[in-house]
Amino acid sequence: MTIVSTADLLAILPELLVMAGGCLVLVLDPLTAKDRKDWLAYFSLAVLGAAFVVGYWFMGALTGSPRPAFSGLYVLDAYGAFWKLLLILVSGLVILLAKAHLKLEEIDLPEFYAFILLSLSGMMVMVSGTDLLVIYLGLELMSLSLYVMAGFKRYAPRSLEAAAKYFILGSFSSGILLYGISLLFGRTGSTTLAGIRDGIAGLPPGDPILLMAMGLLVVGFGFKVAAVPFHMWTPDVYEGSPTSVTAYMAVASKAASFAAFLRVFLEALGGIKESWRMLLVAVCIATMVLGNVVAIVQTNIKRMLAYSSIAHAGYALIGLVVADAAGTASVMLYLAIYAFMNLGAFAVVTMLRRGGLEGDEIDDFTGLARRNKWAALVMLLFMFSLAGIPPTAGFIAKFYIFMAAVGANMTGLAVIAVVFAAISAYFYLRVVMVMYMKEPGETAGTPGYDVRVVASPAAIAVLLVAALGVLILGVFPDPLIQAAQSAILPLK
Amino acid sequence: MFDLIVTLIPVFPLLAVLANGLNVMLGHRYSHEIAHRLAWGSVLLSFLCSVWVLGQTLGHPEPRTVVAYRWFFGADLTVNLSFLIDPLTCIMLLVVTGVGFLIHVYSVGYMHGEEGFTRFFAYMNLFMVSMLLLVMGSNYVVLFIGWEGVGLCSYLLIGYYYDRVSAAKAATKAFVVNRIGDAGFLLAIFLVFANFGTLEYTEIFARAGQLDSAAAFSIAICLLIGAVGKSAQLPLHTWLPDAMEGPTPVSALIHAATMVTAGVYMVVRNHAIYDLAPDALLIVGVVGGVTALFAATIGLVQTDIKRVLAYSTVSQLGFMFLACGVGAYVAAIFHLVTHAFFKALLFLSAGSVIHALSGEQDIRRMGGLWSKIPKTHGVFLVGTAAIAGFPFLSGWWSKDEILGHAFVHGHYVLWALGATAAFCTAFYMSRLLYVTFYGESRVAHEVEHHIHESPNVMVYPLLVLAFLSVVGGLIGVIPGGLENGWFHQFLQPVVRSAGAGGEAAHEEGHLLVYILMAVTTLIGVAGWFTAHYFYKLKPEQPDLLMNRMKGAYTLILNKYWVDEAYDKAFVEPGKAVGRSFDKADTAGIDRVVVAVEQVTDLSAAGSTWVEKHVIYGGLNVTGYANHLAARVLRRLQSGLVHHYAAILVAGLVVLVNLIVLFLWLGGAS
Repeated sequence: MTIVSTADLLAILPELLVMAGGCLVLVLDPLTAKDRKDWLAYFSLAVLGAAFVVGYWFMGALTGSPRPAFSGLYVLDAYGAFWKLLLILVSGLVILLAKAHLKLEEIDLPEFYAFILLSLSGMMVMVSGTDLLVIYLGLELMSLSLYVMAGFKRYAPRSLEAAAKYFILGSFSSGILLYGISLLFGRTGSTTLAGIRDGIAGLPPGDPILLMAMGLLVVGFGFKVAAVPFHMWTPDVYEGSPTSVTAYMAVASKAASFAAFLRVFLEALGGIKESWRMLLVAVCIATMVLGNVVAIVQTNIKRMLAYSSIAHAGYALIGLVVADAAGTASVMLYLAIYAFMNLGAFAVVTMLRRGGLEGDEIDDFTGLARRNKWAALVMLLFMFSLAGIPPTAGFIAKFYIFMAAVGANMTGLAVIAVVFAAISAYFYLRVVMVMYMKEPGETAGTPGYDVRVVASPAAIAVLLVAALGVLILGVFPDPLIQAAQSAILPLK
Repeated sequence: MFDLIVTLIPVFPLLAVLANGLNVMLGHRYSHEIAHRLAWGSVLLSFLCSVWVLGQTLGHPEPRTVVAYRWFFGADLTVNLSFLIDPLTCIMLLVVTGVGFLIHVYSVGYMHGEEGFTRFFAYMNLFMVSMLLLVMGSNYVVLFIGWEGVGLCSYLLIGYYYDRVSAAKAATKAFVVNRIGDAGFLLAIFLVFANFGTLEYTEIFARAGQLDSAAAFSIAICLLIGAVGKSAQLPLHTWLPDAMEGPTPVSALIHAATMVTAGVYMVVRNHAIYDLAPDALLIVGVVGGVTALFAATIGLVQTDIKRVLAYSTVSQLGFMFLACGVGAYVAAIFHLVTHAFFKALLFLSAGSVIHALSGEQDIRRMGGLWSKIPKTHGVFLVGTAAIAGFPFLSGWWSKDEILGHAFVHGHYVLWALGATAAFCTAFYMSRLLYVTFYGESRVAHEVEHHIHESPNVMVYPLLVLAFLSVVGGLIGVIPGGLENGWFHQFLQPVVRSAGAGGEAAHEEGHLLVYILMAVTTLIGVAGWFTAHYFYKLKPEQPDLLMNRMKGAYTLILNKYWVDEAYDKAFVEPGKAVGRSFDKADTAGIDRVVVAVEQVTDLSAAGSTWVEKHVIYGGLNVTGYANHLAARVLRRLQSGLVHHYAAILVAGLVVLVNLIVLFLWLGGAS
């Protein structure tokens, strides 16, 4: 008997491409002349392009039944393919963004692209793994690359601090996750999602060890998606990391973690839905409340966006606690749309320079409309989209997820979500207000003094894609909705 | 043809937005002249289309749906960008585009020389697009998009004078308070979908009867929350007076004639649901009645010309809600229309006053202006007479109809609230007129010799609005007589299910109706006379009264301290909670990191201890036992143990090699 078949290897072709690409970048780096390092970024983009094409072909070819691989440890299904395409797209945009941003920050090292690719391959494993250990493997590959990237601005103490904190807490949460996995294994005798599901079916309801294992998994995944009360690392790490890395963490790592969260809880733990639902409803409410309320008092845009990303995790969790077809589709839709608007907002931050530094205070946006109309206009678009105001895509995302809650008779949850989404307008609008309704400072020490927008073609391309994404998905969301609905998990 | 023209109504202003918006973004490629022509021209085209659509609807009152674009849909949800054309939509279209056009023309003069001239018109046209979507939408989603769009434009236009700090604050406040209302509205949409599985009006209202009363009540209340936010009713009224920070044409268009009436439109549009929830309808009426009186009392003492008008708007909107609450939906829309005429007129003429006085808004520094700006004075007088309820002017017809319905339907308390508010209205408007235009001039000296009448481009729209304010009410009486005019006949099919009972009650009490008319007229006259007494006959009286009733005066001067109460109750605690959580997070993260390290340290120490004492201990025991055994065995075999071990390993290697060799040989043979 052969352990690995050609079919298995074909199933992970996009992952292999990305992983090999990442290793190749590391090898090619010393062989590339100093002034040609940009080619490595283009090379990485080409790798992503190839992976995207293969992934897209897979998604098209996958009509109907999922194809298991590696004796049931891995699966090739539309659900995984949807997330993979999204993650590849996001990684491509982040590479483009980083190409310009790393130069500004004087940390222009091509390893960065290698880490993006390696981290991406981890995420791709996460979203397709059907065995807890495989998912864990992907999660660690993703996280380890992110730890390094968080500390990429190695001359800045804030960046190092962020990396250290992220690493320590990340490892701790991984440990908790592993502990949960081992308890599950102990109780059900399996680490595959299907095996655990069958094992749970044979257990008496309310099995304490099982519930404990479930709780530990909630902690582990809750940490990765930045849900309250496991969110504390987010503001510090988001603020300290280089902004292009922050964008990657806030968008890609969150999306991949949600994908795995959903798959594990719906496929493996679907049998004890009622017990995790209560827990997650509490987490979900706490996340929406805390994220939105604390964002109000932030003065640093990266911290504000960090709390905003916490709040958005809260909205997305609604789709998980709803735990039906509409819920799953709305989470997929939500995170896809969230990717565009959040990436766009962070992209604007990377372009803003105050003196020789990054303009990451909200004050630095003062009078931006008079300094650079286009930058202010796209930022306005992203802020309105994050606040969920039509006709931007953010409205569609919220509309569907709240609708899913009402459809599942969880009107109370929808009420809380809608109210806090309304409150969120306040802090998103503050950015718009300082950009449009204030004059930029003319003397040192006043807000908006000595701020300029450094626009490179790559960054403009990212902004263009993000802005068009927010607008087009707002006016013409149908293809994405269809894609999400056809790629939902087969619920058991 | 019909579909095309209906679709074009919002498209014209949209094209103007795109053109003027691009012009701003690309650094003003064309002049202000072209910009404003595009702006008002597009609204004029929309108006003409609306008139055509009205003509088409006159013979066909049944609703017609025009699908402009298949928008988004999932497996179980279809939402189209589609328009519903029925008499109610037609009336709203005419008000929005007609009054909107006049205000656009006025703005050309008013905004002349302002820095962001083109930007202003781009926002105004964007507002027109949103407002048209709001009134034309055939489903809740299009309504909601228009709803949010008008809020957005209102935000941008309130904050137009960005050099004023208060403007930016007012803009944010308006938007956030509106978002609270929008939250209610959004919930209503979800509840409607959960109950009907669709969001199209026609399907929902046709099946409204299947709704149980609890569901109808909760939908109606959620819708009301939205309406209360948008129409600045209690308790979400606080943003509208602050919104006066925007340019005056904005106050006239958005914060008087159109956007703020969207709540009334929504309630009337959803009357099928409200009819199923009488309790909710009663709440609508109470909110309206209380707001009408509450805002009117605040209007009594304000000294900013625009703020008086702002509170007046809140109060008049209260009348419209009151009308809805007593089931007089047609009367509510009737008042909406006449109010759009006279309030737009009042705001624009107030703008003309402000224009003449180089930006002065405080009525204590006005006075005696009637001879200096006679045209403005004339139209302001007409507007005041119309809102105060001077017989046969537009406001008299519509307000009287509302109060009549309240009384006839037995809502005596609501009637009393409305009647008192009507008295206050007549008083504060007359007061405004007297203090601004008559008596001694209190105008600052340097402003005095700049006083000039506004240019014709501003005066002509005023004249048209003045004309409408005078005769606009006649559509409610001609040809069928009182409450059976063209307007009522035209709208009757829309509200048929509800209005029937109300009209019947009216028939039998004809004498009562005339008595009530006389009473409200007297109330109006009394309000005027009180003002006349205070500000013309005995000008020293207001100060005396003020001193005598210091407590009450301070209370209403400070607008019942609602803003301060909200700050104390919601804004400050909210921020405090935010800050404390923020502090907890900032301090907490380091503690958590340290704690994790300590836990790691502790478990490392723990496992070291276990190794030392448990595992090694065990090993030691084993070792000791071995040692003992070895001593015994040593006697049997000489030499060292490790020699034996070496030989053993060597032997094993040879053995394995031999086995492999044999197997290979065997395989070969």
